[in-house]
Amino acid sequence: MKSEIVIVGAGISGTAIAYNLAIRGMKNIVVIDEGYLTAGSTGRCGAGVRQQWQTKANCTMAKKSIEFFEHAAETLQYDEDIEFKQEGYLILACTEAEVEQFEKNVALQNSLGIPSKVVSKEEALKIVPHLNPDAFLSATYCKTDGHLNPFKMTDAYYRAGKNLGVTYLFGEHVERIDVEQGKIQRVVTDKRTIETARVVDAAGGFAAEVGEFAGVKIPVYAERHEILVTEPIEKMQGPMVMSFSKNLYCQQVPHGAFIMGRTTPDEPHGHDLSSSWQFLDAMAKTVCHIMPKVGELHAIRQWAGSYCMSPDRQPILGPTDQLEGFYLACGFSGHGFMFAPMTGVLLAEMILGLPTTLPVEDLLIDRFKKQTATAYEKSVV
Amino acid sequence: MHDDSIILCRCEDVTIGDVRRMLAAGYVTIEDLKRQLRIGMGPCQGTTCSLLLQREVAAFLKKSPEDVPLAKARPFVTGVTLKAIAEAADEE
Repeated sequence: MKSEIVIVGAGISGTAIAYNLAIRGMKNIVVIDEGYLTAGSTGRCGAGVRQQWQTKANCTMAKKSIEFFEHAAETLQYDEDIEFKQEGYLILACTEAEVEQFEKNVALQNSLGIPSKVVSKEEALKIVPHLNPDAFLSATYCKTDGHLNPFKMTDAYYRAGKNLGVTYLFGEHVERIDVEQGKIQRVVTDKRTIETARVVDAAGGFAAEVGEFAGVKIPVYAERHEILVTEPIEKMQGPMVMSFSKNLYCQQVPHGAFIMGRTTPDEPHGHDLSSSWQFLDAMAKTVCHIMPKVGELHAIRQWAGSYCMSPDRQPILGPTDQLEGFYLACGFSGHGFMFAPMTGVLLAEMILGLPTTLPVEDLLIDRFKKQTATAYEKSVV
Repeated sequence: MHDDSIILCRCEDVTIGDVRRMLAAGYVTIEDLKRQLRIGMGPCQGTTCSLLLQREVAAFLKKSPEDVPLAKARPFVTGVTLKAIAEAADEE
């Protein structure tokens, strides 16, 4: 089998890149995934989409992506519901340091056209009345942030790509990427050999390993993040509620269930995706403290997914001087789903040699060679 | 049992017709069907519908049901309130 490009990973990034290449005229695009559609991090994510970030690159990626989501179903001619809702993210400031930092964050976000604002405790309680008033000092709110169904959004890209001729190979494991004289020759899976000169690494938690297949070193690692969902109930919460210092995100999805997660401190690097009682214990206590009413709901399912962590918690996109024809779409540090529309556009533009829609300097892997790079995203749970 | 309106997953109101439509569109693993239709994602976590769904997929693929893998089993066995978990942990 021959192809123009092989994309490893059929999550939101891989499907978005494939679609964006195909719509710009590329033929013979192959996407490989060892599982099924959204089997990895995409299908395990918290389903939130936000623009309230602390670095310029993350803010602009997020803003442009939200603009895409607003018209995604019609753009991709998808006839099912992608369950996009824009009822905001309410980010709680729980310490004086957070109050101060969030004012700077909002100033940056506003300068980039993101309609976030600082809200007082009283205003926050009007937006989410069941918050424990003793749990926070103030908050920031961006009404155009929200929720999107990861299964359906990925399916929309998948179907649109397939209609443009993209080939998807599921249940197929990449075993080797052969490089000769500094050029990619072929990708070998457990089922076939694909002749190709270009590979995109959109392998999520396994991005470092896929890089190693081709001798490319990528400074990322996988980290388990756990999450749970409750029974569905009638609507009682519009926005995602989030706190960095109290370590929580919690949103009621349009279907009615609450999805919530937090980071387990000192989580070892690796591919463990099991569910722990330690997470459940800490999650239950955290949500009962911040939103006691939500604590009355039955939790019904618990799972985990990988964050692909980069050194500055910003994505790593585009080519690398380590190997011609090898492209990166990884290191999203837990936010690949919400950035995917721009990941797709920027990768397609860089691969095809077109001018890029956004500046990409802060997103290229080369930024880690510079001692002067100071951007670091702290707004992560 | 040929009526497409028969409900297979009573937690999420998924009918046999919904499943057959997705199977015909190429979503032929239970993991795919779960994600596209929410079948088995409700409060009973598929304990009611999983085997019915497995038979439906097997019939479509002309396989034996035991050759159709079920979705991954995840916690919890039954729903538990978060409050009960938080308080039980405090008692230890």
